[in-house]
Amino acid sequence: MKAILKAQTGINGLDEITYGGLPRNRPTLVCGGPGCGKTLLAMEFIVKGAVLFNEPGVFMSFEEKAQELIDNVASLGFDIEKLQKTKKLKLDYVHVDKTEIQETGEYDLEGLFIRLQHSIDSIGAKRIVLDTIENLFLGLENQGILRAELRRLFQWLKEKNVTAIITGEKGDTGLTRNGLEEYVSDCVILLDHRIINQVSTRRLRIVKYRGSLHGTNEYPFLIDDEGFSVLPITSLTLDKKVSSQRISTGISSLDAMFENKGFFRGSGILISGTAGTGKTSIAASFAAATCKRKERCMFFAFEESPQQIIRNMKSINLDLEPYVKKRLLEFHAFRPGLHGLEMHLTSMYKLVKKFKPTTVILDPITNLVSVGELSEVNSMLLRLIDLLQGEGITVMMTALTRKSETSTDEDISSLMDSWLLVRDIEMNGERNRALYIMKSRGMGHSKEVREFVITSKGLEMVDVYRGPEGILIGSARIAKEKEVKANPMSKKHGRPAKKIKRVSK
Amino acid sequence: MAVESTFWELRLYVAGQTPKSVTALNNLKKYCETHLRGQYTIEVIDLLVQPQLAEGDQILAIPTLVRKVPEPIRKIIGDLSNEEKVLVGLDIRPLK
Repeated sequence: MKAILKAQTGINGLDEITYGGLPRNRPTLVCGGPGCGKTLLAMEFIVKGAVLFNEPGVFMSFEEKAQELIDNVASLGFDIEKLQKTKKLKLDYVHVDKTEIQETGEYDLEGLFIRLQHSIDSIGAKRIVLDTIENLFLGLENQGILRAELRRLFQWLKEKNVTAIITGEKGDTGLTRNGLEEYVSDCVILLDHRIINQVSTRRLRIVKYRGSLHGTNEYPFLIDDEGFSVLPITSLTLDKKVSSQRISTGISSLDAMFENKGFFRGSGILISGTAGTGKTSIAASFAAATCKRKERCMFFAFEESPQQIIRNMKSINLDLEPYVKKRLLEFHAFRPGLHGLEMHLTSMYKLVKKFKPTTVILDPITNLVSVGELSEVNSMLLRLIDLLQGEGITVMMTALTRKSETSTDEDISSLMDSWLLVRDIEMNGERNRALYIMKSRGMGHSKEVREFVITSKGLEMVDVYRGPEGILIGSARIAKEKEVKANPMSKKHGRPAKKIKRVSK
Repeated sequence: MAVESTFWELRLYVAGQTPKSVTALNNLKKYCETHLRGQYTIEVIDLLVQPQLAEGDQILAIPTLVRKVPEPIRKIIGDLSNEEKVLVGLDIRPLK
């Protein structure tokens, strides 16, 4: 069987999920509700065709006037006027107004055909957009003639050897209000714009693609200052390359808990703990360690602003500012409620692709739950981790555990290679932090609980004191250690936990 | 009377000599002779010959009759078989 020819759209991600683009020399239907991005997708198809693939295109608009279109897409950096001057693109605005038109007797739409043919001939067009031809249904009374003529039009388009996009407004019953899907059956793309928890998410789905493989899922897409981008994110295979290189955590006593070597490069690390246990500090130390190796680190902050983080980290003897200045460290802070999960995912991925960091930090992922359902957050994180690890990027996430629910970190932990838990321990009228490694795949690691001390000098994991009195931490440990120092004899009864070296695989 | 002193400039868009176009032109001539004798011009534009003219008058359907003058512009599409509709569409007061 001969594979069908395809025309690359040049739209980020769309060519991947269609395995090469839209069916060449055939019409494709793009449908969706108002404001879902149909016109933009169509326009980008034409512009990219003209700029990247040297395929001139005709954009026939039944909705927006030529100047409106030019203005609307100028914000995306598309210079339509220049393309028109160089005969790479032709805009044709078709005005249909029922109030101006009387109908009497038989007619056909030959005038439209002639216009289209004339436009195609004038620039040697290979691509055509009809946006949205359904407006004809509003302008013309005789639906019988209109339907027959549309059928003829789509047949005619195929004969003209042009790749076409026909847009259609989503209908109540069918894909489009007037059943355009009846006529265009080679490829149908559905765009969707829905609001979940007051946050909008855009999605794209290929409903059908005759004669070709295609991704069948709903893919999130993004419209930003660079136009349209679709994120092909469900190709979740487990065949990514792995590295056995180890990288420092940025805290030497924490490295010690991982065979003195630290994490695997390209692994996923989760730090979970209750409020105020120093999760962000650990993450910042790791960021600093990355930058110290002259590698790039991208820090996504969902809670604090970059300035806040930098200021706060100075108090523990960690100055991140030089790294930011050297462009080794890039902060991106946004409130989770700013956009939907998919938008977060897409925009984070775009930022990562641009900056090319070796380490990405998300602090904290728990805040994302406010945007979506837990299962959605998990699936989004899964895809993000997958994407990043596919590029060999080390991911560190922090998660806030509330006393009652631990579901977030538990669900996500299965995706992570290393899981550190930070706990609050209240004892003897003081609050101390304890840290232990819940798991760390593929390496030996300490199984002990360490006291996690944050001082103005930095972070340190201190061995807890084990003795006949039980486990001592905080000031009780310090007192005991002083006592031991003063009176070495008492060592018989108690010994620092350091000596017990339990290492397991 | 104001109406009688007005001049009608009519334009009929066709695409080749199709039966519909021929019917439309014949009908139009008949109505004009009856109701607008001496006050009208009919210009027939064949889009197969001059395709670039389709854009200017926003022509989609063939045949399309456009009343250029008097303003505002009016359009009637079809073979003009219904005299009453055509007269209403062009805003012509029937003489009889």
